[in-house]
Amino acid sequence: MQNYLLIESRDPFTAQAAPGHVELAVGLRRAGNAVTLYLVQNGVLPARAGADGGALHEAMTAGVEVLADDFSLRERGIGGRDVARGVKPAVIGLVVDRLADAWKVILL
Amino acid sequence: MTTALTFALMDAPFENSRTVTMFRIIGAALEAGHDVNVFAYEGAVALSFAKQAPHANAVHGRDAAAENHPLPRVWIESLITLAAARGRKLDWVNCGLCVDERGVAEAIAGVRRGTPADFWKMSMESGNTLTAGTR
Repeated sequence: MQNYLLIESRDPFTAQAAPGHVELAVGLRRAGNAVTLYLVQNGVLPARAGADGGALHEAMTAGVEVLADDFSLRERGIGGRDVARGVKPAVIGLVVDRLADAWKVILL
Repeated sequence: MTTALTFALMDAPFENSRTVTMFRIIGAALEAGHDVNVFAYEGAVALSFAKQAPHANAVHGRDAAAENHPLPRVWIESLITLAAARGRKLDWVNCGLCVDERGVAEAIAGVRRGTPADFWKMSMESGNTLTAGTR
């Protein structure tokens, strides 16, 4: 089992590739790996409750940990109560911790 | 014991928000006590170009001081200062051929010229590597 941290910087509303990245996360998880999807920049837009589509929830149901960069959320006016259920705000230092713990980290 | 981390950047200044995200991660790595290597490739070699200059904003009626335009070279200088304050190493290397192509040889103090072989060496000697490839 490997540990993967996928950093998603784009949103599915404007970037065709973004849904494929969630599929990648789900696929890696179903293959038995630990997977975290870290949303940053406009990647946090689908983390707003009401804007969250089926893809994020499918990922969480599959066991992908979905985190949203707290700074990116604040920049976009997404407060704590506006974050979709299941998505957790996280600090950027988490990326450093995962790198230091030898996770495979990819910036998408 | 903390591990050294390596980062590779490719985007030119002012072109992509991912560069800002990478700067945030690099800063967090130094704050957490890691030694950090940065390999700047392609357009990213201009991030440390010494001649970046702020400008006024006539539309909004602000002079250069009031506009306070952010400059990547200042961010790098801040990271260098942060590394020194934390007693950590920040090795920032610009790919030399990429520098020559773009005519940005005048870099700020504290960065150096190198080659992709430096990136390979950095990666081999680090605990992990994160690359921000251009799109």
